[in-house]
Amino acid sequence: MVSMLAEESLLEVCAIETHSLEDYEAEPPRWCKGCGDHGVLAALQRVLRKNNVDPENVVSVSGIGCSSRLPHYLKTYGFHGIHGRALPIATGVRLSRPELPVIVIMGDGDCFSIGGNHWLHAIRYNINAVVLVLDNEVYALTKMQASPTTPDGWKTNTTPRGTYLHPLNPLSAVMGMTNISFVAQTATWLPAHLDETIDKAWDHHGLSFVRILQRCPVFMPKAFGEGGLNFPVVFLEHADGIPIHPLLRKRGAVQAHDHRDINEAQRVAVTADPAPMGLVYQNPDVPAYEEIRWQRQDRPDHQTFLRRLEAEMDRYTVT
Amino acid sequence: MPGPRRIRLPEHTLEIVSDAGEGAQKAAVAFAQLCAKAGNGLWTVEIIPSEIRPPPHTTGSASGNRIRLAERSRVTNAGNRANVVLAFNEMALLSRLEANSLADDVLVLIDDQWATHEMEQYRRSYREVLDRFRSGAAKIIEVPLEKETLRHVEDAQRGKNMFAVGLLCALYSKDPNVLDEVIRGIFKDKTQQVVEVAVKLAAAGHQYGMAHLEECFEIPSSQSEVPKVAMNGNTALALGAISAGFELCSMYPITPATSASHSLSEIFEDFGGFVHQAEDEIAAIGVALGASYAGKTALTITSGPGMALKTEFQGLAVMTETPLVIVDVQRGGPSTGLPTKIEQSDLLHALYGAPGDAPKVVIAPSTVEECYYILSVARKIAEELRMLVIVLSDANLATGQQLFDRPDVSKTPPRPPLDLSPVPLGTLPYDWDPTTGLSQRLIPGQPGGMGVTTSLNHDRDGKACYDSERNERGHAMRSRKLATLQQSLKPPTVHGASEGDLLLVGWGSTRGAVEEAVDMARAEGLAVSSVHIQFLSPLPPGLKNIFRRFRRVTTVELNYSDDWSDPLITEENRRYGQLAWLLRAATLIDVDCFAKVPGRPYMPVEILDEIKRVLDVQPALAAPGPARAANEGVN
Ligand SMILES: Cc1ncc(C[n+]2csc(CCOP(=O)(O)OP(=O)(O)O)c2C)c(N)n1
Ligand code: SF4
Repeated sequence: MVSMLAEESLLEVCAIETHSLEDYEAEPPRWCKGCGDHGVLAALQRVLRKNNVDPENVVSVSGIGCSSRLPHYLKTYGFHGIHGRALPIATGVRLSRPELPVIVIMGDGDCFSIGGNHWLHAIRYNINAVVLVLDNEVYALTKMQASPTTPDGWKTNTTPRGTYLHPLNPLSAVMGMTNISFVAQTATWLPAHLDETIDKAWDHHGLSFVRILQRCPVFMPKAFGEGGLNFPVVFLEHADGIPIHPLLRKRGAVQAHDHRDINEAQRVAVTADPAPMGLVYQNPDVPAYEEIRWQRQDRPDHQTFLRRLEAEMDRYTVT
Repeated sequence: MPGPRRIRLPEHTLEIVSDAGEGAQKAAVAFAQLCAKAGNGLWTVEIIPSEIRPPPHTTGSASGNRIRLAERSRVTNAGNRANVVLAFNEMALLSRLEANSLADDVLVLIDDQWATHEMEQYRRSYREVLDRFRSGAAKIIEVPLEKETLRHVEDAQRGKNMFAVGLLCALYSKDPNVLDEVIRGIFKDKTQQVVEVAVKLAAAGHQYGMAHLEECFEIPSSQSEVPKVAMNGNTALALGAISAGFELCSMYPITPATSASHSLSEIFEDFGGFVHQAEDEIAAIGVALGASYAGKTALTITSGPGMALKTEFQGLAVMTETPLVIVDVQRGGPSTGLPTKIEQSDLLHALYGAPGDAPKVVIAPSTVEECYYILSVARKIAEELRMLVIVLSDANLATGQQLFDRPDVSKTPPRPPLDLSPVPLGTLPYDWDPTTGLSQRLIPGQPGGMGVTTSLNHDRDGKACYDSERNERGHAMRSRKLATLQQSLKPPTVHGASEGDLLLVGWGSTRGAVEEAVDMARAEGLAVSSVHIQFLSPLPPGLKNIFRRFRRVTTVELNYSDDWSDPLITEENRRYGQLAWLLRAATLIDVDCFAKVPGRPYMPVEILDEIKRVLDVQPALAAPGPARAANEGVN
């Protein structure tokens, strides 16, 4: 027992010595003061350090938006792509280099609107990646237009008299997708919960879809009950779920939830008020697309490669 | 059996047409293989209805193949108007007449069942169509295709084509034993019973031909030392992708590109590769780009509408200098256009479709053989220059079979393992050589190279920046790579004399027809030459010097241009063919164009007629329209 503890603390010391938080820090972030994106960056850095990941072996991929700047500030390999298209790029990375963990960062417009097709299909592929949607319920980078998740009736620059449609519920959308394997929701004003959720997503084998309710004090100061102050939430509790810090219990009700039960998960997902926080669904047994493909692929040595190529040529040889 | 009288010829062009689903295409594949095995050079073109199930017994339902076979092993195009047509019904036959595809003295072989068919409507139309042919120089042989087939099978629909190919075997004096072998090969996945029926029908067709044909043809073949392969351009692209070392092909189905990914899907996993069918063309290029960013060699294959969807990602590849290859198998546009037919209308789109200044390499194969080799070239350029390379093939190359020297694959180099050696922290991801724009790329997994790759403007350190100086530098460095490549290119060689009255300039699959037309024109004493352009971006050096030696320069391309004689068309508003547009801008020479959208390849005689029209000599075909305004000639 004592020796085990000693070994554990030794490991911890080694880990800390191997990678410090600074190892994951690139240039200072340029988001606004009070922006929830800061918290997500910090949480990610903590999770990477906790798991003692070599920064050169992680790829973060994003689209375009305030949130998509994150790879600039995270010192791993990063790809800041184009609006809505982070998931195909991430799929390409996973398919060709399955040894590299991939983190995908998108905004709500990025993922749910312009990237909607890729969003649904990536879930079906179930690539092994951590997929974080930083949902501030608005298009922030382009200065306050309605996004698919903008609340009912809210005024934005494209809906100056209020939005026309009910907001999209991303959780119920993904819970209807074939091959969904991990769904969780958290918020930037709940840092401990955010850390635990990202950590859980990191450990999941398959596509872990995490919707992070994100404060944007500049364009949506009143969203989420003024940044979480008056925002009704219910924490989902399970022994294997996302731990609920004692302080959190003051911020919302706690509800027992079996995240392995898809029907229960779907029921939880359709309820947006109060917002469910925690692990909504997990099925670790859904195979990942890149693994299916790698299993079926032969990787012949060069001689075999040449022999097979000659055999192909034989098929078309006429004289 | 004395058999028919043999006529020896250096080459022949024939067409086989049936209703869609009656198997003329299969028959043609078998016949083409038979000729290829005998050592004839050949070029085939599919005749494809655009719909899956067009109404039967209509011109729109005609489906089949055109086959040009020759004594010489190198055939470079689909030839002129056909010498022989074998039709399963008169509407299929009529469709070829309407397509202006048949020679005046064509030999028509047609199923005679319609002459006595129970439907009056068919009897009448059969009579009328044949009368049209009889009134000209055509020769007609009515063959009891259906009747004879029914002696061997209950459903003639399933077998007529084999009887037909046996008949052709007799008509072209080929060896029926080889045909037997060919058919067994083609049906190797079918049941024994199906194979035996097919073989029996082919033998019956051959016997019928030997007994009833008065004349037959013999196209001698030149057995070559080098083994030959016969395949279509899409198969060549697929095999070329493998031998070039590609590891991932990401695509979304679109005609006429799809069959390349079919061929690749069949075997790629045995070679350590993947075909990924993405949710759309945007995702397809995104996956390829992601794979390439991660260090693997990736390409995406598509056609016009898919190219349109890929443009934003093209810009991303250019901006991030991620090596990437796109193959665009061009079809008729705009929009859904003519999905199964050839056009060369994506040239300017390939060059300028992506918004912002996005320098990239554009190359085009001109033969099926080049389809095989071009992906090695594309890969090399993409990786060495960290550039986007677009390969423009087309529907003609895609489905046309050609015979060429079997590629020597024994020297294919092994794929090098990924170089993930550490680099000093702070290594610049865009350490541009200021003269060439070239730089070494960093690959995820390389210790020390961590940093962001961004679609935003960036400097040598890869970080986003917005000032004019560093924006100018980024643009200059990306553009400089094209100049670097251009410096390594050779001026194109002129086909024919290096000076004269007219120079034709072509690109892509029109090459064979252009050169053949030039040869015919020169044989008639006309001072015509041609030049073929493989690199469309950057253009090869020396064009202006070549052009200057000719009184006139005209492109030959399969895309739209306004005709001088069209209403309202003036020097100010005339829209030129796309290569002409490019060459005019690049050389400041008054390059004209012969640019049309017939939805099929040019025949050499059509180009010859254009040559004569430009040079004011009597054309071989009926002269089209009024003469256009004088072309000012180049100086
Ligand atoms: C193809 C394309 N369309 C539009 C844009 C403009 N654009 C940039 S970011 C953005 C929306 C950003 O909103 P979101 O994805 O929610 O991210 P946020 O900025 O809120 O983090 C838009 C519309 C673009 N860059 N590219
Ligand atoms: S505008 Fe909003 S989302 Fe963007 S950085 Fe500022 S606070 Fe964050």
